[in-house]
Amino acid sequence: MTYDVIIIGAGSVGVPAALALAERKLKVLVLDYEHAPGQQNNKKAIGGVRATHSDFGKISVCLRSIEILKNWQEERGDDIGWMSNGYSYPAWREQDAASLKSLMEIQHSFGLNIQWLSPEDYQELVPGIAREGLLGSTYSPEDGGCSPLLTSSSFYFQALKTGVEFRFQERVISFETKGATVEKVITDKSAYSAKYIINAAGNHARELGQMLNMDLPVYPDNHEAGITEPVKRFFGPMVVDMRRAPGSANFYFYQNHEGQVVFCITPDPPILGIDNRATSEFLPLCSKRMLQVYPRLKNLKVRRTWRGQYPMTPSGFPYVGLAREWENMIHAVGMCGQGFMLGPGLGELITRIILQELCEDDKEVLKSFDLYSEMSAEEKFK
Amino acid sequence: MEQFRIAAHPILETPALDMIGFYFNGKSLEARRGEMISSALIANGIDVFGHHHKDHSAQGIFCANGQCAKCTVIANGIAVKSCMTAVQENMIVESAEGLPTLADISEPVEFSPLEELSCDVLIIGGGPAGISAAIELGRYNIDVLLLDDKNRLGGKLVLQTHKFFGSEQDSRAGTRGHEIGILLSEELAGFPSVKAWINSTALFVFSDQKVGVLKDGKYVIIKPKRILNAAGAREKFLRFAGNNLARIYGAGAFQTLVNRDLVRPTQRLFIVGGGNVGLITAYHALQAGIEVVGLAEAMPRCGGYKVHADKLKRFGVPIYTSHSILSANGDESVESLTIVQVDEKFAPIAGTEKSFACDTILIAVGLDSLSEFSEQALAAGIPVDSAGDALEIAEASSAMFNGKIAGQKIARLLLGDKVPEISAAWYEKAAVLKMHPGEIKGYQEVDESLQDVYPVIHCLQEIPCNPCTTVCPTKSIQTEDGSLMALPRYVGKCIGCGKCLLICPGLAITLVDFRKNRDNPTITVVYEIMNIPVKVGDRRLLTDINAEALGEYEVIQVQDFPKQRMQFVRFKVPAALAKKVAGFRVQDALVSQPLAEAILPQHTPDDSMVCLCERVSVGEVRKLIRMGISDINQIKAITRAGMGPCGSKTCDVLIRGLFREEGVAVSEVVPNTKRPIFVEVPLALFPDGGAK
Repeated sequence: MTYDVIIIGAGSVGVPAALALAERKLKVLVLDYEHAPGQQNNKKAIGGVRATHSDFGKISVCLRSIEILKNWQEERGDDIGWMSNGYSYPAWREQDAASLKSLMEIQHSFGLNIQWLSPEDYQELVPGIAREGLLGSTYSPEDGGCSPLLTSSSFYFQALKTGVEFRFQERVISFETKGATVEKVITDKSAYSAKYIINAAGNHARELGQMLNMDLPVYPDNHEAGITEPVKRFFGPMVVDMRRAPGSANFYFYQNHEGQVVFCITPDPPILGIDNRATSEFLPLCSKRMLQVYPRLKNLKVRRTWRGQYPMTPSGFPYVGLAREWENMIHAVGMCGQGFMLGPGLGELITRIILQELCEDDKEVLKSFDLYSEMSAEEKFK
Repeated sequence: MEQFRIAAHPILETPALDMIGFYFNGKSLEARRGEMISSALIANGIDVFGHHHKDHSAQGIFCANGQCAKCTVIANGIAVKSCMTAVQENMIVESAEGLPTLADISEPVEFSPLEELSCDVLIIGGGPAGISAAIELGRYNIDVLLLDDKNRLGGKLVLQTHKFFGSEQDSRAGTRGHEIGILLSEELAGFPSVKAWINSTALFVFSDQKVGVLKDGKYVIIKPKRILNAAGAREKFLRFAGNNLARIYGAGAFQTLVNRDLVRPTQRLFIVGGGNVGLITAYHALQAGIEVVGLAEAMPRCGGYKVHADKLKRFGVPIYTSHSILSANGDESVESLTIVQVDEKFAPIAGTEKSFACDTILIAVGLDSLSEFSEQALAAGIPVDSAGDALEIAEASSAMFNGKIAGQKIARLLLGDKVPEISAAWYEKAAVLKMHPGEIKGYQEVDESLQDVYPVIHCLQEIPCNPCTTVCPTKSIQTEDGSLMALPRYVGKCIGCGKCLLICPGLAITLVDFRKNRDNPTITVVYEIMNIPVKVGDRRLLTDINAEALGEYEVIQVQDFPKQRMQFVRFKVPAALAKKVAGFRVQDALVSQPLAEAILPQHTPDDSMVCLCERVSVGEVRKLIRMGISDINQIKAITRAGMGPCGSKTCDVLIRGLFREEGVAVSEVVPNTKRPIFVEVPLALFPDGGAK
């Protein structure tokens, strides 16, 4: 079978890309070894979507993602639980306040709506947040979030409707090449060819690259997250505490559209590899940090926890673009835990790469995500 | 509110009422000190505890076990599961209307250090299997920690008021379940190497080989070398129109309310499911002073023991075999139900619908082994065994015995040859104890002219039970081939002591005594529903084994056996009738009258609920299955089925059933990924205050 585009990976990036491509009348096949879309790390995402990053690439792509997701229900009819509840980075230490404020200057220069709130104003947004030593918080009201599960399902059904073909339970085992062209994608069940092939394989991006002698430095590390029972809405934005504590780096939580508080912590040092089994350490660690900053969560019952991976890259930036080694191979990998928020915007960007419609801004964005550039400064605002 | 509290029970002790005051939605009420809020509310005639935030449907008791959240109320400002939270003096309880408001707390939370303990064997579940295993391990002085989530050991034994089947030697046959629970706990207490923790719920076996346990409201970490999963089973729910109404729940929940908490949650009950659980629960209901309108079983014959079914029928509880529930009818709560006859493929036969007024429907359609702790232990690399219902669904007698085997097996694994190998005879016995009922045979022919007094054995179905043979002082009752499973037959010389009547768990032996009068012998029927008193001079409708009326006769004597909590009720009947009498009618026939006209459901079967927590209908899931979706996780992502507080414990089996109904093989269905934690737990219980 011949397609215009084959996407490997029906996840955060693969499914939106498939939809965007099909809407431009391209014939698209998506391959995934799971039984359904979004079954790897897409469904592990907690759902936050922000444009308040520190570089042009992520900011532009996520601004577009926000636009797509915010208008999704109106344009497509499906409720994906979008809320423009904003993001906040409260600071309890002078050095954090200082670095957040200097970052805000960069963000303002990109036109982002982000402001510094006094402790009193922040208290209004997050009633009951620990005031002891609180210096204030950033607040970016146009950021938000939606349900990764509903979003993935909706994108999937829209993609199906638009003519995308999905083949699940098919694992890519090799490629057939001729010269600088990847001619065929070989799976454990069949073989397919296409004009373009996209590696959107998340955790498995590196091994897929290796099949084509490409070195994609994508190294998954493990993160755990949890969700509580639902209660009436009691606070607004995503709360990100960027401090480190023994065993963990930052942690964050927000109240989703169902009223459930979703929370996640970054282990420190990172736990490399892929292991989806829960550890006994997560709940004692994360709950303590959450209750220290927000005692009000005390009686909220934890319903479920899960573990997933951030496909990390050395730079903290994703790698998106055409491969140097192969003229029809596109990589969209190493999302560093931001695949869900980057996905919708990236889907359109990838479409413009394939249709050769890149504008100047796009080219600038792709510089941020360039696999081949000398490693730039590390992402400040992960 | 007398009608809602069981003040006197024929079998169970009813402690003196020690009452405290509390408030519900502003109304001042009384509760028994220490009881759960749910039972306090039920005892006050309140069964709607709130309304669901999605569809505003009435919510009330469902699992009575802390597994779901249907019974949530707001107690002193905090949303709690009322079945797991004891009522306190002057507690302000409010119904949970929609999503609760999180209490406004700003004081810093105090953290205590997280305790971590190790043990050689962690047994999850202190029911018949878990205790029996712990006893065996205790004999070898092995370091055991036994966890049970209830406030006393014994598991479901403590809820069983009936006498147990099996053999006296191996499973204390003839002793009542709740008494066995006490006996086992007492025996266990004699082994110093076994620690038993009550009020302790295992939450998850984590990948770092640690088990998170909630003990008396405190989070503790256990590091075991081995695990025995004896966590029992969970009840299956059913799909039918109206299954989302309040007052539809499982037999286990009912037994908890009635036999543990001594409250009467219903006045008129209908039971769906004719396995032993359903049959026994109907009997418990009669003893609790509840009218049992009927019992429906979809198979042509009840799966439970015939002696249980016979007993119910002769007391006046009709059993509708080849009938299934078509609908529960009512506005918020059950007001009636409609059953329908089914054909051999279980398809409803139109025109056979019957409706009955009732206020509660119990679903007793089978159990599913609780396997998750075993799966988690395997994933974590901790050696794990299972026993009891967690291993295989069977009677408690079987659970006790295979628990004992599991205990010895683990002891041998830990201590090697110091522990003898398990004999083949044990395995054989274990196999017999879990056997399903066998063949039904006819009555034994006894030449009455040769008998002065003799027992008529109305036990005609092969079941693993023989205490009548071991209790008889003259060894006059023997099973046909001496095996546990074979039918007991009268073979010797009866002295009329009546011991077999008192020990028979099926109440399936009567005594025919010609010694005073050859033409009009005295028959003795054993009785234990003393809440419906029988007095000398009363006239009672005698019935045969099939509950066919044999005529009204006068009670000539009532003999009390207070220790056994039983009575002998004696009648004088014509000789020709004597051996046919199996018992007498207790419940008025009016109780089980159907409504004049059947109520046909207003909703289609697709309107019934698959996921009660998230209110997901059968139709929503069926549509997805028909689209070709075979991953339950995808169904969950789209509909939220399984994402509610019970963690798919109820809907999982229903969704799998829907796949079967739609012709999708179970092997093609990707199961729901189960994640921590087993029950919902407040965030404040997890922090480790000891960590830097």
